[in-house]
Amino acid sequence: MARDSVLVSADWAEKNLDAPGVVFVEVDEDTSAYDGGHIPGAVKLDWKKDLQDPIRRDFVNQQQFQDLLSARGIGNDDTVILYGGNNNWFAAYAYWYFKLYGHGDVKLIDGGRKKWELDGRPLSADLVDRPETSYVAQPQDKSLRAFRDDVLAAIGSSNLIDVRSPDEYAGRLLAPAHLPQEQAQRAGHVPTALSVPWSKAANEDGTFKSDDELREIYNGAGLDDSKPTIAYCRIGERSSHTWFVLRELLGHGDVKNYDGSWTEWGSLVGVPVALGDEPGVAE
Amino acid sequence: MSVNIDGCGAPDQAAPIPASVDLEKETVISGFVKAGVETVGGAYVRLLDATGEFAAEVVASPEGHFRFFAAPGSWTVRALSRLGSGESVVAVDRGLNEISVAVAN
Repeated sequence: MARDSVLVSADWAEKNLDAPGVVFVEVDEDTSAYDGGHIPGAVKLDWKKDLQDPIRRDFVNQQQFQDLLSARGIGNDDTVILYGGNNNWFAAYAYWYFKLYGHGDVKLIDGGRKKWELDGRPLSADLVDRPETSYVAQPQDKSLRAFRDDVLAAIGSSNLIDVRSPDEYAGRLLAPAHLPQEQAQRAGHVPTALSVPWSKAANEDGTFKSDDELREIYNGAGLDDSKPTIAYCRIGERSSHTWFVLRELLGHGDVKNYDGSWTEWGSLVGVPVALGDEPGVAE
Repeated sequence: MSVNIDGCGAPDQAAPIPASVDLEKETVISGFVKAGVETVGGAYVRLLDATGEFAAEVVASPEGHFRFFAAPGSWTVRALSRLGSGESVVAVDRGLNEISVAVAN
């Protein structure tokens, strides 16, 4: 897949801030960054408040998604340009939602908010108010989403990629190292999952590595690109980043994101768990 | 206990350590990003493990403060800012480990 059909540079973004039919959207878990200053004209999506179901452990359904996009003033024909903090984790997660619900033209800003800030590009704290639209979302495209039974069936037959840090994979840590470690679930990884931390795909400034570098990383780790792949992490947003790399940048055909991820798998009764730095074997 | 399914985004780096964090058990690496004697707010601070692999990244508070929850051992804390970059290699133990990272062009 051509990189420029799914990714824009910060430079392109700055030159197209006022382009008709282009909507910039900042996606973060903590929107205080947006409130303090955002790309001029960008609307915000709050990962937790806007994109997660408030009651069930699931994300917004088709109706909720179309209500949300309508309220934000996003139309079906708009080119949606997503960016965010945390090296675009949450923007990649939102990108996955937009694809799940069938949006036509959606792209990420390469490097996200970090690259924009490090470049010293303009930020604005002005309120952004776009006229409401009547957005129509498609039914969820389940070919992009893995559930726990898909993961169980993939052990020993498909690629499983664990994109968390090596210490989380091995079971030495239960959460990323910027978060307190209290958790109830078991540590470790899904047996046979390859460890390829999401961060291997990104440069220090948050931009994606080149296609050749990316191919070398995943092939070198043992990914068999003739087989389907399921990526997971702890809650599904770091694995959206890897899902984006494998499907959208490298063009792998069958790649799913397991958004239940380790917080679900590590709490399930009766499923296999592997500890240590090696993938382990199918039982 | 409940399963924490909060996002993986960085919590407020200037806030006090949450009361739920047990410093008898947790290994906290905390400190400031500095350029000379001045602190650097908004720097991107990442934690690398003993093999140099990325473990986590936070954005320093406006006062230049950052905090990680790690494990005993050797870590590298690396900061990237508009004033330059820099890193500190630290050996840490359980409890609060305070360090600083100097950045320069």
